[in-house]
Amino acid sequence: MGKAWKFGHDIDTDVIIPARYLNRFEPEHLAAHCMEDADASFAANVQPGDMMIGGKNFGCGSSREHAPLAIKAAGVKAIIAESYARIFYRNALNIGMPILECPEAVRGIEAGDEVEVDLQSSTIQNISKGTSFQATPFPPFMQELIKAGGLVPYVKEKRKNA
Amino acid sequence: MGMTISEKILAAHAGVDKVVPGEIINAKLDVVLSNDVTAPVAIKEFEKLGIEKVFDKEKIALVPDHFTPNKDIASAEQCKIVRDFARKHEVKHYWDTGRVGIEHCLLPEQGVVLPGDLIIGADSHTCTYGALGAFATGVGSTDCAAGMATGEAWFRVPETLKFVFHGTKFQPYVGGKDLILYIIGKIGVDGARYKAMEFTGNGIKALSMDNRLTMCNMAIEAGGKAGIIEPDEITLAYVKARAKRDYKVYHSDPDAVYEKVYEFDTEDIPLQIAFPHLPENTKSVEEAKGLKIDQVVIGSCTNGRLEDLEITAKILKGKKIHPNIRCLIFPGTQDILLEAMSRGWIQTMIEAGAAVSTPTCGPCLGGHMGILAKGERALSTTNRNFVGRMGHPESEVYLCNPAVAAASAICGQIVHPREVVDNG
Repeated sequence: MGKAWKFGHDIDTDVIIPARYLNRFEPEHLAAHCMEDADASFAANVQPGDMMIGGKNFGCGSSREHAPLAIKAAGVKAIIAESYARIFYRNALNIGMPILECPEAVRGIEAGDEVEVDLQSSTIQNISKGTSFQATPFPPFMQELIKAGGLVPYVKEKRKNA
Repeated sequence: MGMTISEKILAAHAGVDKVVPGEIINAKLDVVLSNDVTAPVAIKEFEKLGIEKVFDKEKIALVPDHFTPNKDIASAEQCKIVRDFARKHEVKHYWDTGRVGIEHCLLPEQGVVLPGDLIIGADSHTCTYGALGAFATGVGSTDCAAGMATGEAWFRVPETLKFVFHGTKFQPYVGGKDLILYIIGKIGVDGARYKAMEFTGNGIKALSMDNRLTMCNMAIEAGGKAGIIEPDEITLAYVKARAKRDYKVYHSDPDAVYEKVYEFDTEDIPLQIAFPHLPENTKSVEEAKGLKIDQVVIGSCTNGRLEDLEITAKILKGKKIHPNIRCLIFPGTQDILLEAMSRGWIQTMIEAGAAVSTPTCGPCLGGHMGILAKGERALSTTNRNFVGRMGHPESEVYLCNPAVAAASAICGQIVHPREVVDNG
């Protein structure tokens, strides 16, 4: 269970991790500047297990994998958004950062609400309001990828069995 | 039922006769690209795979262009990781400072990317190569690592949106940048999310390669997976001078299925300005007229090509940059810079009071070489105007084509180029 941090539509990768910090790629460095230009208090106050809530087209812009890496390293348990930009979605899956697509949940969660997610069943519970939501399930191939723990373990496994 | 050019390229690389949108395929890659920001992360992931060799040293491109010439010790360390990897694996397409250019200007110019190719690049503007009739898409570092190791990647076959431009007459100074900004203004920054954007019609056929590359470069700003233009004689003339290997030309079938078709008349499209903080916030240059600016940036992977410098020099010729403006010009590659020098354009720019740089992505993403202070406003030919994109989170970036940027640099405020050229 964690606290919801709510952001708007079109949260871009420059806001998630500004390019001025991309001269390094250590996860803790990225986490320290995560969301800095949208909410300067985020990095200092986010707690392990907290959830990030976004509107439509979350993660638009750059291909920088540093964006989901920064969110993951900041301790965020899952991202819940109305929709995702393509490269961000793929990057998050590839590095094992849980992301859920559920417009109803986004509308039904306010900043600061206590939220729990079950990644197996893609269900989201708003503990503060006593409501629950079902996110869009991942297509079978992506479930396989998630089950393997991301693309690198998936490719490793496939090569071992080849 | 026929296939689109995108579907044909994906099918051919997956080794199947037909693919349909929504299908997930595994496909062979012709080029895997990465830069000095994304490659260090990719190399780290590649090493986790425990594979000794890259799949094909001829099909990997490593382009250190973002923080180069190295802006600080940290970026020098990142570049060293890339350089060491390139040397260890004998990566064919690796260039260093003094030879390197901005990746999406450099790869088409050097004939590394060709029609019919399937390309992934750990840079979102990899979609630029669609201008050559290739299917090229941006990915992250982990996809790039797997690509460098296996020569394959998984793809969800995208639906295609068709953008037809009727007519061959354009309003004065209108180019590829205005067409793509116009589209993004109409459909929004997620209007083509997960889709291939096919640009077609007589209006597109009338465009030079430089203008087509600009258009496909910004497909990602509408959320597109790829931007693509069927090769024609203009494409083939460009490619023939550069290709050092075989390539294949694909065309969409007349009965190909499109998710949606948008039609425009080229004459209806005015010069565009994208207001902060999204490329979809477009207005005509008339609506932006008189807006005071502090910095003008001309260049980048979007508009740093020869024709962009040509129009810039033409407008700046014999004039002076406004005293309140810093005008920064970034040619896309060393070859472009050399050609611009031999044609006298660089001298014209410097005489006008512009700062001309070696090729780098620096200012476009707020990396170095032109960072904005709090409250400052830039007019830029780059591709994004997100919050903090070029520096301070309270600075602003407006996007436009090089003619508008150059004319505005002279006036100190946003103007239509005719105010400088025709009345100057």
